[in-house]
Amino acid sequence: MTIKVEIVHAPDLSTALKLPVFLERVPAGFPSPAGDYMEGKLDLNQHLVKHPAATFFVRVTGDSMIEKGIHSGDLLIVDKSLDPKDGSIVIVVLDGEHTVKQLEKRKGKLRLLPANKNYEPLEVSEPQSLEIWGVVTNVIHSL
Amino acid sequence: MPLFALVDCNNFYVSCERVFNPKLASKPVIVLGNNDGIVVARSNEAKALGIPMGVPAFKFQPLIRKHDVQVFSSNYALYGDMSQRVMETLQQFSPEVEVYSIDEAFLNLSGFTHTNLTDYSRTIRSTVRQWTGLPVSVGIAETKTLAKIANHVAKKADGVCDLSAWQDRDSLLAGVPVEEVWGIGPNHARRLKQHRITTALALRNADNQWIRKQMGVVGLRTVQELRGISCLPLEQCPPPKQGITCSRAFGRPVTTLAEMREAVAFYTARAAEKLRGEHLAASALTVLLTTNPFKDEPQYGNALTLRLPVATDATPELLRVALQGIEAIYRDEYRYKKAGVMLLGLVPVGKVQANLFDHADRERSKRLMRAVDSVNARDGADTVRFAASGLTQHWRTRFMKRSQAYTTRWDELITAKAS
Repeated sequence: MTIKVEIVHAPDLSTALKLPVFLERVPAGFPSPAGDYMEGKLDLNQHLVKHPAATFFVRVTGDSMIEKGIHSGDLLIVDKSLDPKDGSIVIVVLDGEHTVKQLEKRKGKLRLLPANKNYEPLEVSEPQSLEIWGVVTNVIHSL
Repeated sequence: MPLFALVDCNNFYVSCERVFNPKLASKPVIVLGNNDGIVVARSNEAKALGIPMGVPAFKFQPLIRKHDVQVFSSNYALYGDMSQRVMETLQQFSPEVEVYSIDEAFLNLSGFTHTNLTDYSRTIRSTVRQWTGLPVSVGIAETKTLAKIANHVAKKADGVCDLSAWQDRDSLLAGVPVEEVWGIGPNHARRLKQHRITTALALRNADNQWIRKQMGVVGLRTVQELRGISCLPLEQCPPPKQGITCSRAFGRPVTTLAEMREAVAFYTARAAEKLRGEHLAASALTVLLTTNPFKDEPQYGNALTLRLPVATDATPELLRVALQGIEAIYRDEYRYKKAGVMLLGLVPVGKVQANLFDHADRERSKRLMRAVDSVNARDGADTVRFAASGLTQHWRTRFMKRSQAYTTRWDELITAKAS
């Protein structure tokens, strides 16, 4: 009992156009003074993620960055599209592992700094071969 | 002059794994297809060891062990997400981008003639590399078919090739086997070779009338493209979705109706989830099953399409029809390798035509589906499922060595050491 099927082409609904909705009724009298100030809702994605294609979330383990407010278990927002500068908090690949450090770029020399007195800074002997995976832009810390 | 760039990710699946697992750098790596069967991607190191594409991995077990080849199951969630990132990154380089496959895109560069295209290609390459961590090759030419060839050349060189500025194009085309020309399938290639057309150059110089007779208008188009006459424009809007399919090979043969029902129910639930994700409803549904054609055992395969009384996106309604269908085509005494469900006649949910005799409580079922989908999106696929899909699922496709869903699941993100 095979039934023939007509294929109906569907429109592309993958993009949404968001418009503000005014929920207040129009009263017979003065309009609500708030109506004029209607704005979109605040979107944390928009605030925290400038380059979605290049942004990754990374989980931290360890306490070597604690003085920068980065705790074990925190979530880092990492933007790979940004160029690392002196002072940037970065994800670097060390011994095949993703590691979070602060980058120090001075007089052509690179150092990777911890943010915890119990750890030592790391001199980068071959700056060319250092793989900087991405730049940390924000820390999300649950209280 | 029209001008196209083909941007192609190198060893895409392997490169995705490497972004999140730096230990894989410079090691031989392979990725296997469904059921961990066939090699579907190789790193350059694995290619150098002589592991071919499309062969069952077990045939190369000694080599894999000897050279400590890193083996991964396909991680489609990861590859799909990384693909989207690449395509989004490419948008900044051309107003018109055609996503051609999961790891390839055509860019329209017409009117970019004043720029140094080799430099531009390098910028594309380094930007995609920085933003996503993935290596790509860029081939540029005045037709899509030539851009494909340019990309092959780029892969062998330093990752970029501008064929539009190439000096001796003839000797380049003479080095391209005819079966490697875009659009030339194995059948055409065989026939062309019988007529001593073995290279892209020979094909380009072939007689129009003869080509048309042998390969039709489509073949002639390919030849014109090799001559630098653009016949294939950029296709920016993918053809509208005509159907949603969920079909997979089983991890082991299925031999009972009870198990087959479970599998079909599971696929139906998955397909229905995709359907709702796209805000579509299905007007009909096809179920299919088949034995393993590569095994020397009794063969059987069948498919059945059933119309739904009213287009729907509700799993229970789709399940009822799918199970009815699979029971109708299931035959005992076969060892089934694969089953699937296709949802057809897709219409936007808002445009579903009601039926006078339809008594289903659609509001209530809509709320139920929304609840199921949100639990599954939050806590992982399959947290809530219909009992018809079974609780053990021995038949499920195997993915034993799959890496984490690094970019799509909160509990599987990469970790960075702070120590």
